[in-house]
Amino acid sequence: MDFFLKNNVMPNGSMRVENLFHSFSEANGTVQVLNGVSLEAKPGEITSIAGPSGCGKSTLLYLMGLLDRPDSGKVFMGNSEVQNLEDDERTKARNHFIGFVFQFHFLIKELSAIENIRLPLLKQGKDEDSANQKANELLSELGLESKAQRPAYKLSGGEQQRVAIARALANSPKYLLADEPTGNLDSSNSEGVFELLDRMAKQTGLSVILVTHNEKLADLSHQKYWMEDGRIVI
Amino acid sequence: MFLSLAGIVFGVSFFVVTQAQTSGFEKFFIQTILGTNGALRISDRFQDTYGTVEQVDDDGDVRFLFHSREGSLYHEGIDQPSLIRDALDDYPELLGVSEIIEGSAVLDTGFRRKSIVLNGIRWEDHLQSSDLNNQIIQGTINNFSSDQMGVILGSRISQRLGLKIDDRVSLVGGTGNLHLRVSAIFESGVSQIDKNRIYIHLTTARSFLGSAYGGSVFQIALNEPEHAPGLAVQLQSALNHRVVSWQERERVWLDVFKALRFSSAITVSCILLLSGLGMFNVFAILVIEKTRDIAILRSIGFSRMDISAIFLWQGTIVLVAGITIGFLFAALGTYLISMIPLRIRGIFSTDSFVVNWDLNHYLWASCIAFLFVAVATWIPARRAARIEPAKIIRETL
Repeated sequence: MDFFLKNNVMPNGSMRVENLFHSFSEANGTVQVLNGVSLEAKPGEITSIAGPSGCGKSTLLYLMGLLDRPDSGKVFMGNSEVQNLEDDERTKARNHFIGFVFQFHFLIKELSAIENIRLPLLKQGKDEDSANQKANELLSELGLESKAQRPAYKLSGGEQQRVAIARALANSPKYLLADEPTGNLDSSNSEGVFELLDRMAKQTGLSVILVTHNEKLADLSHQKYWMEDGRIVI
Repeated sequence: MFLSLAGIVFGVSFFVVTQAQTSGFEKFFIQTILGTNGALRISDRFQDTYGTVEQVDDDGDVRFLFHSREGSLYHEGIDQPSLIRDALDDYPELLGVSEIIEGSAVLDTGFRRKSIVLNGIRWEDHLQSSDLNNQIIQGTINNFSSDQMGVILGSRISQRLGLKIDDRVSLVGGTGNLHLRVSAIFESGVSQIDKNRIYIHLTTARSFLGSAYGGSVFQIALNEPEHAPGLAVQLQSALNHRVVSWQERERVWLDVFKALRFSSAITVSCILLLSGLGMFNVFAILVIEKTRDIAILRSIGFSRMDISAIFLWQGTIVLVAGITIGFLFAALGTYLISMIPLRIRGIFSTDSFVVNWDLNHYLWASCIAFLFVAVATWIPARRAARIEPAKIIRETL
């Protein structure tokens, strides 16, 4: 956040990656996961990244979400190059501009639905009342107002994933990075989640980057990339 | 976590209670010896040997003369007490000065005899530099002051010789026999004094010992007894008499008390150390159990410092609760222990546990608990802060 304030720019517009390379060190040697990936996710659209398991989709998503650092290449949020930001800057950027949705929802199970949604808001410095108000709006938007006080572990799979989406949207991010958000849901719930993301993208100008195995959902996206062996092939 | 809390509670309270006891006895001992023998004692005069150093200067030879205390010759007693007394008036730190002439003699009741150490005192002066008035357990100081041939006996002497107030007793030795009347009986609590010392008037003692002018010692009470060693050095240099502070005089016992205090502090600190280790284990396991949640929090914008703060806060809550409850137990324990009957005679006299209510004990207990809990919490908190969210999320999927 400080980086954006200091440079008098706010991330507005596409999220782009240019020529990203990334590798992991393992016991058997180095594994090259990304081999020069470039793509762009535009505001108000769902950009899907599909491909076989192990092709580097999730790794690409974590690099775009500033959870990890590439070996080389660039990540842009709007016109700002962000891959080399300091750890604190990356943390603030995640809190203010990026929302994550994971396959296994990753809610804090001891907390209620509304408490999970409030977390990023409180971290951002919002007071309890405004955090509650925003969380309730999101719960209502996602049809979960009656489940607000229910502990996360008592919600169904579909409900948990919707709460995770609500948490990702709580800070009104510019970019929503979803890693197999429908991977654990049945087809009806999967379509519901996709429709929700699509609606949010259109309503708020959000860039949604969706990593999925589901070719049907990928086909419904505004833009679709296919990855194999760490490369974009389509 | 409850066990860690309990460890801190008991560690803090045991620390305070043991320190209250050991320092209580030490403080009581110091009060006793200050009240009996004063903070400073000026005794024998010494005669310096002199040394010279020659240094050749441009203008000719220059000689330096210096005092050397090595190999000084000591002369028993104080030669000119009135001069010393006048010199002592220049020291405002002195609360009271008592000139005492000491000697040995035998008390004879006609049936029994006992060797004693007689102390000739001016009673008004001696009350200023001792706690004699409060140590009198039978008779009064007025009985003594109004009778030039009065004697104040140590309690063990009166028991040994079967003497009561107003009984007659002979003092044998010195220049002859003195017939004294028992005016009062004192108990200092120091058995060596109670079974050997008697007080008589200074003039009577001088006459008995045949020492018309000299005094044996000056006993001095100070406003701030802690400053006695520094003042002793000053006075020794100024008066050319041996000056001994109570700290030097009672070094053996003070060292024993110090060793006891340290020993108990170390022993009890082990309880706090163990609770710290327990807390470390709890937090270390918690970090492992919550690795995924930590990764989630990091992904939604919680910084490394935020993650550390979660664990540090938990540690702080346990620490504050432990110290607070520990203080309550400590105060209660100290009070209850002070009620326990315990008869001690020897280096002081008491019939119950002596405790010292000192805020420093609470402060030290808090500091030690803080140190162990801080380390026990900080290491896991640091480990939690170092968790890389991408790695954990990738491994969880």
